[in-house]
Amino acid sequence: MTDPSEVGIVFWVLSTVILVSAVMVVSLRNIFHCAIFLILTLTGVAGIFVTLNAEFLAAAQVLIYVGAVATLMVFGIMLTSDIASRRIEMTNQKAGVAVLACMVFALGVLFLIKITTKAGAGVWQTATEPLPADNVLTIGKQLMTEFVLPFEVVSVLLLAAMIGAIVLARREAS
Amino acid sequence: MEFQLPEYSLRMMLPEIVLFLAALVVITFDVVTKRKSGTAVGYLAMGGLVLTAIVMATTGYGRGFGNMFIVNPLALFFKVIFIGAAFMAIGSSFGITQKKIVNHRGEFFGLIMFSTLGMMFLASSRELVSLYIGLELTTIPLFVLAGFFKDDKRSVEAGIKYLIVGAFSSALLLYGISFLYGLTGTTDLFQMQVGLATKQIATQGNMGAIMVVAIVTIVAGLGFKLALPPFHQWAPDVYEGAPTPVTAFLSVGSKAAGLVAFVKVVVIGLYSFYEPLMKPNDWGIMVGVLAAVATILGNTVAIRQTNIKRMLAYSSIAHVGYMMIGLLAMNELGLSSVAFYMFAYLFTNMGAFAIVTLVEERTGSCDISDYNGLARSAPFVSLSLAIFLLSLTGVPPLAGFVGKFYIFAAALKQAGSQAGQDWLYWLVGVGILTTVFALYYYANVIKMMYFGKREDPPKITLNPPAVAVVVIGLVGVILFGLYPAPIIEFASNIPLSYGFIVP
Repeated sequence: MTDPSEVGIVFWVLSTVILVSAVMVVSLRNIFHCAIFLILTLTGVAGIFVTLNAEFLAAAQVLIYVGAVATLMVFGIMLTSDIASRRIEMTNQKAGVAVLACMVFALGVLFLIKITTKAGAGVWQTATEPLPADNVLTIGKQLMTEFVLPFEVVSVLLLAAMIGAIVLARREAS
Repeated sequence: MEFQLPEYSLRMMLPEIVLFLAALVVITFDVVTKRKSGTAVGYLAMGGLVLTAIVMATTGYGRGFGNMFIVNPLALFFKVIFIGAAFMAIGSSFGITQKKIVNHRGEFFGLIMFSTLGMMFLASSRELVSLYIGLELTTIPLFVLAGFFKDDKRSVEAGIKYLIVGAFSSALLLYGISFLYGLTGTTDLFQMQVGLATKQIATQGNMGAIMVVAIVTIVAGLGFKLALPPFHQWAPDVYEGAPTPVTAFLSVGSKAAGLVAFVKVVVIGLYSFYEPLMKPNDWGIMVGVLAAVATILGNTVAIRQTNIKRMLAYSSIAHVGYMMIGLLAMNELGLSSVAFYMFAYLFTNMGAFAIVTLVEERTGSCDISDYNGLARSAPFVSLSLAIFLLSLTGVPPLAGFVGKFYIFAAALKQAGSQAGQDWLYWLVGVGILTTVFALYYYANVIKMMYFGKREDPPKITLNPPAVAVVVIGLVGVILFGLYPAPIIEFASNIPLSYGFIVP
């Protein structure tokens, strides 16, 4: 990321895309359209990761969320009969409370960003060493050495989740 | 980048490995016998848990995988509780699995064992990544277990509700963890503690404000797992809808797992976080208010319930409040008293739910009115339930009383020993006062069983494993109520492991 101003422009464009499509996800009435906008949101987040030099996260985001999760959702919608063309009824009784809670949260985060980016002693300490040029390599090494135990436990987790999903999804012969 | 496994690393994990293999054997056995194995698969699962406990007793203390995995008194004590909860949950579910879960008994028991495995990893983690993975391995099987009765709308509702709340609370927890990592540059709780104590990290300028956000989101995330108000709304619905043995496992095992995660992150990791914004007293008061609300709300709302599972759900919310009082004492007695309380709660609650399961199998519902006149048709069941409910209230000489006594003693000791901690007196006052409310609704069930005038109270059919669970519960409640010394003594080792020092 050579030119900070270019990154700035990219950031604003991506943020706008993410925010607009995120609002679409929750406000559109056709569930298929919602899913499409969800894919756009997730891709936008992957773009933000790229601008932050987090290539591994960006790749994982595209592979897992856009590639697997969103595709599954679209399949799920298309295989469920008579749902893609229907208008979904929504009740937004708690809209006022939700907007208020979100505003409070957003203002709180803005306040934190403001007080922790002021010049002086209070600036957020970032890494003192330069980032490794190839951070995917570093993450891979970390996963297979220092974090090998949680990495392996995740496979147990996936096994349990798979067994659970099969139990729930199986049609019972009665 | 060289990586050498210390020679004893896998040895420390032997109980977990045994439990994992046992879970696989249970699931495979059920499939291989074409789902016709009857009760054998349940006994196999119980045998696997016993084997795990035996292996655990012979493994002892130590650490493995560098800083990732540690067995200290804290981990060992809670692992005993997890295995006990799983054992008693499986034991009390024989009736249900024979009748209602004909096709998936192996998976039902296997998922309980996987969830226990997650709790054990969680208890042994000393680092936030493995702690989080352990918590996920604990909860994901529980989502499935809560919704295991696919034909029962309330069970499906419980599963979905628990899934959504669980995902949301995990997200909150991760948010807080990411802040902690950003501030301290480490996920290792011990390094975090040292860094905070020596004020090398997270103390400059306005970092304290970020720390507050981190602590608040972590307390909220774990608050959902513990059903600590105001994060408790899911609990009554999920407890009511889930299969009763799963409810029992949720209310004891999952609660103990949330508690151990809370101890690890908040008490150990952030113990030294004094300056500049949040003195321990301040966040203590924050959690203290939640604890007071928990005991008041849990005990008062429980009075109005007509469903015994909902009543026990609200009472479990109140019990989390009592445990928090012990933790907030922040002294050595506090942590060991909470551990003892959880231990007593294991026998009491698992026993009570085993009886609720037995009655539900006969009557098909969980209404409190089912217990009307039960003492005449089922004296053993009624007497046991009465003892469990009295122990939940905290009536001497039962184990629940000893637990409450130690918790209040720890809080009072701390309140008297340090200036500015007068609020602990209030907290203890609220705790004692709400215990009186608790007596009201527990005694109401007992009164109904013994003085109810129903003409033909239902006969309860007993099955051997469920009776065994009830007897284990009774022995635990009475024995550790009369003679709590060995457990107290073991629990008093736990504060040694505050700083993860392996004795």
